[in-house]
Amino acid sequence: MNSTNKNEHTHPTPTNGQWKTFGSFVQKEFYHITRDQTTLALLLILPVLLMILFGFSINTEVKNSQIAIYDPSNDVATRGIIEKIKASDYFTVVRMLNNPAEIEKQFLKDDLKMVVIFSDHFYENMQRTGKAQIELLTDGTDPNSAMTVVSYASNIIGLYQQDLFKIQQIPFEITPSVKLMYNPELKGPYFFVPGILGMILMIICSMMTSISIAREKEFGTMEVLLVSPFKPMSIILSKTIPYFVISLVNLATMLLLSVFMLKVPIAGSLFWLVTFSILFIFLSLSLGLLVSSIANSQLQALLFSGMVLVIPVVMLSGMIFPIENMPAFFQWFSKLIPATWYISGVKKIMIKGLGFTSILPELGVLISMTILLIGISWKTFKYRLE
Amino acid sequence: MENVIEVNNLTKKFGSFTAVDHISFEVKQGEIFGFLGANGAGKTTAMRMLCGLLPSTSGKGLVAGYDINTQSEQVKRNIGYMSQKFALYEDLKVWENIRLYGGIYGVPEPQIVSKTNDLLKRLGFENERNTLVNSLPLGWKQKLAFSVAIFHEPKIVFLDEPTGGVDPITRRKFWELIYEATDRGITVFVTTHYMDEAEYCDRVSMMVDGHIEALDTPKNLKQMFHADTMNEVFQKLARKAQRSDS
Repeated sequence: MNSTNKNEHTHPTPTNGQWKTFGSFVQKEFYHITRDQTTLALLLILPVLLMILFGFSINTEVKNSQIAIYDPSNDVATRGIIEKIKASDYFTVVRMLNNPAEIEKQFLKDDLKMVVIFSDHFYENMQRTGKAQIELLTDGTDPNSAMTVVSYASNIIGLYQQDLFKIQQIPFEITPSVKLMYNPELKGPYFFVPGILGMILMIICSMMTSISIAREKEFGTMEVLLVSPFKPMSIILSKTIPYFVISLVNLATMLLLSVFMLKVPIAGSLFWLVTFSILFIFLSLSLGLLVSSIANSQLQALLFSGMVLVIPVVMLSGMIFPIENMPAFFQWFSKLIPATWYISGVKKIMIKGLGFTSILPELGVLISMTILLIGISWKTFKYRLE
Repeated sequence: MENVIEVNNLTKKFGSFTAVDHISFEVKQGEIFGFLGANGAGKTTAMRMLCGLLPSTSGKGLVAGYDINTQSEQVKRNIGYMSQKFALYEDLKVWENIRLYGGIYGVPEPQIVSKTNDLLKRLGFENERNTLVNSLPLGWKQKLAFSVAIFHEPKIVFLDEPTGGVDPITRRKFWELIYEATDRGITVFVTTHYMDEAEYCDRVSMMVDGHIEALDTPKNLKQMFHADTMNEVFQKLARKAQRSDS
């Protein structure tokens, strides 16, 4: 910019005034949001709904599960274990099976949650080799209850083992081998919370910011703003602030719901969890800016952020489908999705309770991605104005 | 009278396409300058260059005394703009819109308050101060948008098809506002599709395929083209156009 002596004295723009204008712009954005109450309500309630939806679709408490038992040994040890199983509230033994061929048939017919299969000569093996085997066959189409059922059964077997230790001196080892039908990957209830966090923050920040900028383009107000002396970057920044605030509210809501409703505690440091999430919010906001510099209408912004940003989060970030099971290309591709790293980091801090150093890789990747995205959207934005 | 716009061989190329081809003209202070042309003639591109939104490929332009290529910030401060699309915020109240635009152009807060009161009184909108803009009739919105565009007393106001979609009587009322503005010394640069509006201008330029084909008072243009109305003048000139819609 070449400034001549002429403009120096004619336009002393106090930075103070610029800040004031910026403030009234942020206020204007809040008006836009608060006056569209349906959308606002949706933005605030959506995380709650998702949490409840996922929370209640996950049964953490399983009682009176119908099970069948196949016991070819019928000896003192197997009877002991069966007694313990029958005595517990968790299981109702509906059938004793007579041959292995029946197992799968009954499984489908009786809506069994689990079949307990003892090996032949169970007690004998236990005595002679110190090893005996039980197979726990569960219904993997319902992974959460399958997981719970297996952990209950393993507990019961463990208890029987401990009882035996007290009576006899030889250390016996009964190894339950767990096999899941229909779905080899079991994903527990804790799995969803980090995913929902990632998805909601992505929706609020990227989708809403890009739509609100696209709306100004669609209504022609952007043109008027661009003709004004107000800096284009300030226009854009003022748009991100309200959504930043809403994201923080959502983050708080979701963490509260997760702790008090879903009983998923924050095992690690709350401070680092929030800091890490704010970094992800910044990243999502800059993605939203990038989308808005490409999209010229609200519909385009919606489709673009929905298709290109949110769907990959759901499908490829490991939120629902395990990354390890994907073809090599998608495994590689999932590494490019910011939410993959976010979800992985949240799992480490929130679920596993690991310290700050454990998320250094995730932190590094997200910081680099944010810097890159801000750089690109800055450039694209300038370019689009010309 | 001093020239507030001076354009000399201004050109804009997009690749091999020359949207605006060496146009030159001046606009005097307080003048109503009509900028006419068929769709795709290059009007909007030319106007965007004058507003400091688009850098020119070659040529020179001075708006309010500032170079459009090197001093676009100063240009922006000294002009007002009202777009073809309706450009107030529909979900903001009338006074909120006025205050927002006043703030953008750096009008001091106390002045905004007193000027807002004057403005609403003058337009007869005192009862609509707290009304959301989306519940006003279109004609009112356009009057308000114009008043907001000249709220900071710019030297020039650019109007890009300001009266689209309203009836001739409302248009006539809108033009009364424009005359009021020129009485206060504000120069008006207006593009329009309506030939009745072309008659209201002090001078009119006709753009065809990136060139200015004719530039004079409506009266002289009609004489020159042996036409009774500006519409006929426009028809005769536009027929020469090689390129149509943008």
